[in-house]
Amino acid sequence: MKYLHDIGSYFLMLKDVFSRPTKGSVLRELVLKEVDELIINSLGIVAFISFFVGGVVAIQTALNIDNPLIPEYLVGFATRQSIILEFAPTFISIIMAGKMGSFITSSIGSMRVTEQIDALEVMGINSLNYLVFPKVIALLFYPFVIAISMFLGILGGWVAGVYGGFSTSEAFIQGLQEDFITFHVIYAFIKTFVFAFILATVPSWQGYFMKGGALEVGKASTNSFVWTSVLIILTNYIVTSLLLS
Amino acid sequence: MITVENLHKSFGSEHILKGLSTTFDKGKTNLIIGQSGSGKTVFLKCLLGLFEPEDGRIIFEDRAIQDMDEEEKRRLRENMGMVFQGSALFDSMNIEENVMFPLRMFSKKKKSEMLDRVNEVLARVNLENVNKKYPSEISGGMQKRVAIARAIVNNPKYLFCDEPNSGLDPRTAILIDNLIQEITREYNITTVINTHDMNSVMEIGEKIVFLQKGNLAWQGDNTQIFKTDNKDVTDFVYSSDLFKKIRDVQIKEG
Ligand SMILES: Nc1ncnc2c1ncn2[C@@H]1O[C@H](COP(=O)(O)OP(=O)(O)O)[C@@H](O)[C@H]1O
Ligand SMILES: [Mg+2]
Repeated sequence: MKYLHDIGSYFLMLKDVFSRPTKGSVLRELVLKEVDELIINSLGIVAFISFFVGGVVAIQTALNIDNPLIPEYLVGFATRQSIILEFAPTFISIIMAGKMGSFITSSIGSMRVTEQIDALEVMGINSLNYLVFPKVIALLFYPFVIAISMFLGILGGWVAGVYGGFSTSEAFIQGLQEDFITFHVIYAFIKTFVFAFILATVPSWQGYFMKGGALEVGKASTNSFVWTSVLIILTNYIVTSLLLS
Repeated sequence: MITVENLHKSFGSEHILKGLSTTFDKGKTNLIIGQSGSGKTVFLKCLLGLFEPEDGRIIFEDRAIQDMDEEEKRRLRENMGMVFQGSALFDSMNIEENVMFPLRMFSKKKKSEMLDRVNEVLARVNLENVNKKYPSEISGGMQKRVAIARAIVNNPKYLFCDEPNSGLDPRTAILIDNLIQEITREYNITTVINTHDMNSVMEIGEKIVFLQKGNLAWQGDNTQIFKTDNKDVTDFVYSSDLFKKIRDVQIKEG
């Protein structure tokens, strides 16, 4: 029952997020600020994780295939497939549910408990549009983050594969090109857009409707991570069954 | 002037405001007093339209908010200013941006004109040279002044203050009270203030509404409040030892 009520409040919130828009000049500033805080500030950690996990994927694949009948280019092929299909769009989004999500929930939640949201409402401002809409727009840039993750993940795989002596550079690059299906990339970016929307709205919803004080802001951030990551996993399953099978 | 008729507000099964009727006068500091939890904040938020009452009418001059459409409500909002209990300044903005915020959202003025107005109201609340500071970098008393400046920057007809001097030392508290009273008179605003502070009652209680567990138990002004024999009111007024002693001395001296 409680879950049904929660889910209902989420969709009612979306309706307000997309109505009574904030004045254009103010909106532009808000979007730029969100792009900086959510997108630019995430690039470092995404680059770091992608590069090293890409390396580990290549090493693991290589170590698991010492059968001489299996071609060497498989290392590059397997790295490409796992990075593009799952690691970059899904795994990075789960990490972002922790990083971006808890940032969004705690910043909106602390505005709630210190009555800053009431202050916006008193001024006649649609606080949901003011606070959440710029995040939705800023996260239209999220696919760039995932593209960078894909590139660096594969680069990490190449570095680990070639310099670790698991594959030659030629074989690795041959593997990257082997059986390339453009639709896989399209599928990955469709997922990414869906995850971006979840990342912008679910943590906002957790922060906006929280009650209590500073302690509850912490609890809301944890809840927000659980909700966001569970939703990402579920929609990943749904989108994959719809598009790939 | 604001007229309240038979106002009821509940949260779930909890009946918080139980049929309040009163008026708040223009150009005066109207006080809502009562113990913590008596429903003062809920009452104020009903006046502001942040809470929707189940029953009753709130009439601004001669228009009831219950009869207004969304557009008329929005215009009414533009004529309201609010000072929140914890000031509720936007932490992500500096003082100047905080005070300019309502102007930026609603007026079509040029940036330089807005800035002039911001400096004018900051000067009015005796704050200078803090424009570029952030809320966390100034004292609680200064934050209250900024909150007042932000509330009056659009020339509101109605000003609401929720415990404007809570958390301040007694001297600063009186300065803030006096500032609100001066502004109220100067601009002929209908001001409604929540407080449980007897100093405020004595200083600026031009009209006092006493709430007791969601009922309007007494109303009057700050001379009448010391003469009433309503037991709930006297319990509240003389809950501080100081006031009790003053009363006893006065009684002894006849
Ligand atoms: N948003 C809310 N939801 C449920 N109950 C509330 C809400 N706001 C206030 N209350 C309840 O209303 C009562 C009066 O609170 P309040 O008006 O804040 O008192 P005060 O006189 O101290 O300002 C309290 O019992 C409080 O728990
Ligand atoms: Mg209160």
